[in-house]
Amino acid sequence: MRADWSIYISFIGAGLVMLLPRNAKNLIRWTALLTGTASLTVALIGYFAYNSWIKAGNAGLWDVVNIPWITALGTHYHLAVDGINYPLVVLNGFVCVTGILFSWNIEERVKEFFAFFLTLIGAVYGVFMAMDLFLLFVFYELAIIPKYFIIAIWGSTRKEYGAMKLVLYSFVGSALVFIGVLAAYFAAGLGTFDILELAKHPIADHIQVWVFPLIFVGFGVLAGMWPFHTWAPTGHVAAPTAASMLLAGVVMKLGAYGCLRAAMLLFPAGFEHWRWVIAWLAVIAIVYGAAVALVQKDFKFIIGYSSVSHMGFVLLGLATLNVTGMSGAVLQMFSHGVVASLLFAVVGRMIYDRTHTRQLDELGGLRKALPFAFWTFLIGGTASMGLPGFSGFVAEIQVLIGAFQMSPWLAAVAAASIAITAAYILLALHKVFFAEEEHAGTTPAHGHGHGTVAGESRWNLPGITCPEVVASVILMALLVIVGLYPSIMLDMIKANVALFPGVTP
Amino acid sequence: MSYLNLFRALGPEVMLLVTAFVALTCDLVLQHYRDIPHRMRVTGLITVVGLLGTILVLTQQTEAALLGGTLVVNTLTVVFKLVVVVLTILTVIISIDYPIGRHVGEYFATLLFGAIGMLLLISAEELITIFVALELTSLSLYILTAFHKGALKSQEAAVKYFMFGAISSAFLLFGMSYLYGVTGATNLREIAAVIQTTGSSPLLVVALLFILVGFGFKVAVVPFHLWAPDAYEGAPTPVTAFIATGSKVASFFVLTKFVMLSFAGMQGAAFWNHLTPGWTMLLAFMAVASMVLGNCAAIVQHNVKRLLAYSSIAHAGYIFVGLLAASVTGATSVFFYVIVYALTNLGAFGVVAALSEKVGGDELEHFDGMAKRAPFLSLLMLIFILSLAGVPPLGGFFGKFYLFMAAVERDSVNFGLLWLVIIGIAMSAVSLYYYLILLKHMYVHKARNEERLKTPVYLNAALAAAAVGVVYLGLNPQPLLTLLKNLVERL
Repeated sequence: MRADWSIYISFIGAGLVMLLPRNAKNLIRWTALLTGTASLTVALIGYFAYNSWIKAGNAGLWDVVNIPWITALGTHYHLAVDGINYPLVVLNGFVCVTGILFSWNIEERVKEFFAFFLTLIGAVYGVFMAMDLFLLFVFYELAIIPKYFIIAIWGSTRKEYGAMKLVLYSFVGSALVFIGVLAAYFAAGLGTFDILELAKHPIADHIQVWVFPLIFVGFGVLAGMWPFHTWAPTGHVAAPTAASMLLAGVVMKLGAYGCLRAAMLLFPAGFEHWRWVIAWLAVIAIVYGAAVALVQKDFKFIIGYSSVSHMGFVLLGLATLNVTGMSGAVLQMFSHGVVASLLFAVVGRMIYDRTHTRQLDELGGLRKALPFAFWTFLIGGTASMGLPGFSGFVAEIQVLIGAFQMSPWLAAVAAASIAITAAYILLALHKVFFAEEEHAGTTPAHGHGHGTVAGESRWNLPGITCPEVVASVILMALLVIVGLYPSIMLDMIKANVALFPGVTP
Repeated sequence: MSYLNLFRALGPEVMLLVTAFVALTCDLVLQHYRDIPHRMRVTGLITVVGLLGTILVLTQQTEAALLGGTLVVNTLTVVFKLVVVVLTILTVIISIDYPIGRHVGEYFATLLFGAIGMLLLISAEELITIFVALELTSLSLYILTAFHKGALKSQEAAVKYFMFGAISSAFLLFGMSYLYGVTGATNLREIAAVIQTTGSSPLLVVALLFILVGFGFKVAVVPFHLWAPDAYEGAPTPVTAFIATGSKVASFFVLTKFVMLSFAGMQGAAFWNHLTPGWTMLLAFMAVASMVLGNCAAIVQHNVKRLLAYSSIAHAGYIFVGLLAASVTGATSVFFYVIVYALTNLGAFGVVAALSEKVGGDELEHFDGMAKRAPFLSLLMLIFILSLAGVPPLGGFFGKFYLFMAAVERDSVNFGLLWLVIIGIAMSAVSLYYYLILLKHMYVHKARNEERLKTPVYLNAALAAAAVGVVYLGLNPQPLLTLLKNLVERL
């Protein structure tokens, strides 16, 4: 099965869902789940095939399909996979399946929800696999619109504002990319949009210097690059759970991936010129995101800002331009994708859908009411802090080592943020899951004996459902597997990053 | 030159004329026996059949140049005539269920007269013929705009449209008279030859300026756009659709021929690092003004038709960007975009026409919760609006991409026209905002009344066909693009 079937299966699934009667909600959910699982299966089969090829000592691209599309422009329908995008393709599959599981409780306009969701998933697969700038741009823009509807219809807290902000930021970003793409096309003068062809013929340096920032910032907007990150927290908070998972988990990676595949590959001289700026912006994002997360009152905003911080590690890793740092960046994309999905699922689905509040001051004592949520958050939070044994550790340590090679100062400032991360995660953990006593103390019924008898809790919440457990277990398993056995992913990343032009070992 | 040849070359126009008279006569007979909805359906059916017959005639056409090159028939004109006829068919279909009033036969006949004017305009390569064809189109459209006999808005719109139109015709005629005075020719190609040899002169500049003003009114670019929002809002919606699409296709076609052929020697330049007077520079100013003002003004509109009116002003600006590239690619991109744009806009107005009468108005609030009340038409509207916004993989995206690409290609060393592209793309991002506002009303807002809206099957089918066309042109633009490019190269 060719890898591009993941794309088609998702789109077909979206169409199929549209055709189902709107009241057959369970049928729609199962159709979506089957579609998601099928696309993930296709991706995984290809992933392991590619992995064994890498293990045999090879490296490079696997062309999936390459046929002329619009010959007048020289665009090709060119999809390919390699060690850089395969982890992300697989990530998208996992977030798709778990996102559908976490959306099992959506009752309103189920059909449209899953249709938009699967369209978005299909477009994201497309972006990750596209090896033609025009095609990449098409998928990239196609991924923008469904987000608007998913957030504006099924979201919460200022959903229309958050949705519009997100879409306009993305669109402005893609406008910058558009200009850059046109400039690259004509400056190269090859009459082709094929990334690999363009990469072979470097563009004049004086053009690279101004085209590179256009494309990098254009994609960087979606990667939460400081100071263009402000869509991310509001968008993540406004979105329904599955969309937050997808936004933080995958869509932000679209931006980072675009930076890597389009901006850095095609404009090495421009990248060299702007490398330090990017690195410091990334470090600012790391520290700023973590610091702002520390003072949030809304649980979901904490995770939202932590995403900005963690995506800073990705951009920092890319800026190092050495194998260690860049491999760390790619692995961090995967790792943060899983962590963010897990944390947003805990906040959005397990807690908010039950308690209808996300304010830290109003929550508390959920450890007893929702033990499963507690354990999930504990594992996700520890992974987020970068404790050894989880994928986040492997990724961030590599980024830091890479950054250290570039400049010890960068690494030092970025490393300091890990302490802040630990602080906000532990603070949230305390306020949401413990802190029973303080809350009970403020209620009029204070007195004695609270919290001592088992099961006595001010929360009376419905239990965690089966789909939630399954989805959480999948995500946690990923964190641990990649954390304990990183070579399952790192080998192919390293092998391909090493082929990147201008990269130092 | 025998009359038989003339008759044969003008077959499509003759066919439409006959259809118009048949429709008139039929309705004359019918009106004593049947109620209005019935008459609409019968007369509409006759008109559609006549138009389908015209398509058949069009496909049989052979190349010809009549009356010493006054009227030209070639593959390019046939393609554009096909587009206009298809747009007319769609207009007729969305008219059938629209409350036009009791003058059923007159309505369809006038619509067809307008279409005849457009077909002639596409064929015309001579000043007088161009003017006469343009007037035939315009007069028909003025009458159609006033067809909402009960509504004051419709009358106001018609008067306003007529006043502006008449002034623009005066400008056009004045410019043409100078052009004739200087060059001594009325044929576009002969004029071109004279200008090439003699070069520019002050009088020619005046002629150029006045002609551009005249066409500026017809295609509604800033600063000659003032009639458009009122006319679009006041006219019966199917007529709005026709004004916004059919007449634009024909006007852009003849404008492109005008500037690319006749004024080839007076191009000037619109590059950021060197501006020289000429039509490209004038078009650049109009393009910038249209893109900025059209998109910004659309943001504050509460009426769907006004919103689409401002959006079409903005689109005229985008098209100008392609046109002022003054190259084969530029002309191809203009033609491609005009076709996609017309199909998309007709679909969008068609959905508005189908729904607005059922919900009692065409303000944004009237479309609240439409996704639940009319899911199919809402889905089509989603496609049309996203295509206007330039979202892939729809036709509007590719069209806009190609327009901008043509502009950059013009001077790809210094990126001379990139500044226009940057403005265009920035304004596209602005436009997404108001397009999403419209879609938000349809998809996000809750309806006050959740009753399902029923629309006739033929209407749904016609609009769906337009949507399929829009999607197809986005996914596979290659065939149409190659065809247009080859034809433009032969121009």
